[in-house]
Amino acid sequence: MAVLDSKIPQGPLKDKWKKHKDTINLVNPANKRLIDVIVIGTGLAGGSAAASLAELGYNVKAFAFQDSPRRAHSIAAQGGINAAKNYQNDGDSIYRLFYDTVKGGDYRSREANVYRLAEVSGNIIDQCVAQGVPFAREYGGLLDNRSFGGVLVSRTFYAKGQTGQQLLLGAYSAMNRQIGKGKIKMYNRHEMLELVVIDGKARGIIARNLITGEIERHSAHAVVIASGGYGNVFYLSTNAMGSNVTAAWRVHKKGAFFANPCFTQIHPTCIPRSGEYQSKLTLMSESLRNDGRIWVPKKMEDVIAIREGRKKPTDLSEEERDYYLERRYPAFGNLVPRDVASRAAKERCDAGYGVNKTGEAVYLDFSSAIERYGKEKANVLGEENPSKERIVELGEKVIEDKYGNLFQMYEKITDENPYKTPMMIYPAVHYTMGGIWVDYNLMTTIPGCYAIGEANFSDHGANRLGASALMQGLADGYFVLPYTIGDYLSSDIRTGPIPTDTPEFDEAEKSVRERLEKFISNKGSKSVDHFHKKLGKVMWDKVGMARNEKGLKEAIEEIRQIREEFHKDVFVPGNMDELNPELEKATRVEDFLELAELFAVDALHRNESCGGHFREEYQTEEGEALRDDENFAYVAAWEWTGDPGKAKLHKEQLTFNDIELKQRSYK
Amino acid sequence: MKLTLKIWRQKSKNDKGRIETYQMDNVSEHMSFLEMLDVLNEQLVSKGETPIAFDHDCREGICGMCSLYINGEAHGPDRGITTCQLHMRKFKDGETIYIEPFRAKAFPIIKDLVVDRSAFDRIQHAGGFISVNTSGNTQDANNIPIPKNDADKAFDAATCIGCGACVATCKNASAMLFVSAKVSQFALLPQGKVEAKRRVLNMVEQMDKEGFGNCTNTGACEVECPKGISLENIARMNREFLKAKI
Repeated sequence: MAVLDSKIPQGPLKDKWKKHKDTINLVNPANKRLIDVIVIGTGLAGGSAAASLAELGYNVKAFAFQDSPRRAHSIAAQGGINAAKNYQNDGDSIYRLFYDTVKGGDYRSREANVYRLAEVSGNIIDQCVAQGVPFAREYGGLLDNRSFGGVLVSRTFYAKGQTGQQLLLGAYSAMNRQIGKGKIKMYNRHEMLELVVIDGKARGIIARNLITGEIERHSAHAVVIASGGYGNVFYLSTNAMGSNVTAAWRVHKKGAFFANPCFTQIHPTCIPRSGEYQSKLTLMSESLRNDGRIWVPKKMEDVIAIREGRKKPTDLSEEERDYYLERRYPAFGNLVPRDVASRAAKERCDAGYGVNKTGEAVYLDFSSAIERYGKEKANVLGEENPSKERIVELGEKVIEDKYGNLFQMYEKITDENPYKTPMMIYPAVHYTMGGIWVDYNLMTTIPGCYAIGEANFSDHGANRLGASALMQGLADGYFVLPYTIGDYLSSDIRTGPIPTDTPEFDEAEKSVRERLEKFISNKGSKSVDHFHKKLGKVMWDKVGMARNEKGLKEAIEEIRQIREEFHKDVFVPGNMDELNPELEKATRVEDFLELAELFAVDALHRNESCGGHFREEYQTEEGEALRDDENFAYVAAWEWTGDPGKAKLHKEQLTFNDIELKQRSYK
Repeated sequence: MKLTLKIWRQKSKNDKGRIETYQMDNVSEHMSFLEMLDVLNEQLVSKGETPIAFDHDCREGICGMCSLYINGEAHGPDRGITTCQLHMRKFKDGETIYIEPFRAKAFPIIKDLVVDRSAFDRIQHAGGFISVNTSGNTQDANNIPIPKNDADKAFDAATCIGCGACVATCKNASAMLFVSAKVSQFALLPQGKVEAKRRVLNMVEQMDKEGFGNCTNTGACEVECPKGISLENIARMNREFLKAKI
């Protein structure tokens, strides 16, 4: 079995990145002008990388399928961004952020990468403030922090519930400056459909202009994939409608290994589905679990009465409620990590205790918090013996100040008032930790092809902590890739412009045309969404929150079957040479249908439970995840062999020199 | 619910375009407006017809990609939300709903309900930034304290999602609310003050070049803005512009 070279620099952990930066090759400013770089995607990773590379002097071509770089899905991140600034003087440090991230990831990430991430985290905040990102501040004018995701320090910087938006607009503004100067050429409404490899190196892409339908050739000395995650393989997720795996999957099929595809994060606090027409799921910040208590009824008769509308949740007394997280995890209660909270909700609903019509919802109840805050507030105001109504009135005001925008969002979607009746929530697919395998320099197994942000298998191991996705995207784009790419490009300074009239470009364009033509001329009977929904159901039922050998084997069979039907019977209206959203969906779903199988194969091969990957066969007596460090402390990197079910496994063994491996416990 | 939909169909930029009528049965009041269009499109596809093209992406009111002029209002009848957050319970059984694209000279129609808003991007290229390179050695983030009040106001201006509802709503198709939001955000922060003059002049010049109209203070933009961007920003931009001109 080939050994993957992660190219981790020698020396002590805390010196690796500094030493590496000091010794890698650079490209001189005059030569940078002769070098072109393609960046796919303009979210936090792609946007920050495109801007930084252009500032350095490279000629950048950036691609987005949306109508503007500002629309990338990073914009939807709510909570915040972590950085080891220790502004609160609460004992935070680079080492602590590093430690929390490796532990939170259930010891399936690379130590050296995570340490570097923690190291540059502070620079991100400095950079964003200099760009005019309006972070929340205290009355003294300094930056405010909050705590997040069960860590022991307050290291999360935020801009109300719109941190992702503000950070993305920061990167977008940096891009705009370079677009104005002509250093970035922006291709909006363009989708990459193929990677072009010449003499073993990534040298360009084939893209489709989504308005005119034109198939275009673009060449470069390096190609950077920053196209985000693949959560939409589940059809329903919190991802944007257009989020897709195509760029990453095309690169994989050209030789880049795909790592840990089964590591998916399922977020516990999302609004449940309301019907078959549902197009996406909406997440609500995990901060709600600070004050909300999660429960289902204890008795099945109450569940049935609630579903049939004969009883309301507020009719049930305390004794009739099962606060199952508090029952199972007395120490952390409602604040257990995301993966644990999600699985516990599924366990109750599978047992039949789901509280809505679909049987997939649990309550998130703020009445205790409203009462507690109301009493406190009455004390502060000096009101003696306040009535129950008065306490509720005061308490609701406190809750509104803390979560007003989330409560409003919930009410807009569900038409229920969460101040008066408990919210209904259910877990939903949110983020994918797996992705394209990269070495320490963020280069894939194809020379000259890089992957950054959520698109790579990254620094989060088997489970990502809250407020760490924004940190990683910007770290890769602002502070890691701009250094490491120079090391590779330094050998390319005499190459000159890459021509696009070569056999490799001919071949790549031909294959893209054939794919598209096949869809247009395939006069099937069912829409693309029909197949996507079918795939999503299999993924959610058998490759979702809890997996087992039998289910995974069935899933692999079913996915193959859906793929076959899709190619036979899909109907794509319209033509190639026009704006054709159905055609766009078809190519994306085609790639999801292949990725899905590799996803299930990866989940089947990993005979342990860790982080977001829970195999029912591998659990403790209390139903907790049971890791197998002896046999599975490695990154599973899969090589394309022509069939997603027969991908070849390569293992990158993970070594932990600076951290002791422990079983996570939240009891 | 049963609905009659009158939807703008236009094959391409140069096509003349017309309103077409569609009947919808069994619309659930819990559907979002765009999910209702998804269902209609699914029906069109199953009949072998061309589905209706419309822009959308995040479907949670933050990316700014969705648009639509619904019954004569940008983002429809509800306030403080985008079209993707609009739900069918805001409509009545048997109602007729008119669905049109955002209309403005500077937003040419690409197809059906999809318009080209790249003029917004070009205004941002002209000055919507602070000229600072990525260095990793910028001064510490807490070196310049910013009064909370200024930081909060800058944030409020920065929440603009660039959807273009202000332009679509304005009888003059003015982009003043959009441009002033960015000018204000940076004018309120010490980091942005250095280039404030150049920024406002360049952005306003580009705005005029793109063919947007002028502001006559009717305030319709503020009412329809899904993010509640305040008219105060336009006043601030006018002050900044005057300061820069004199």
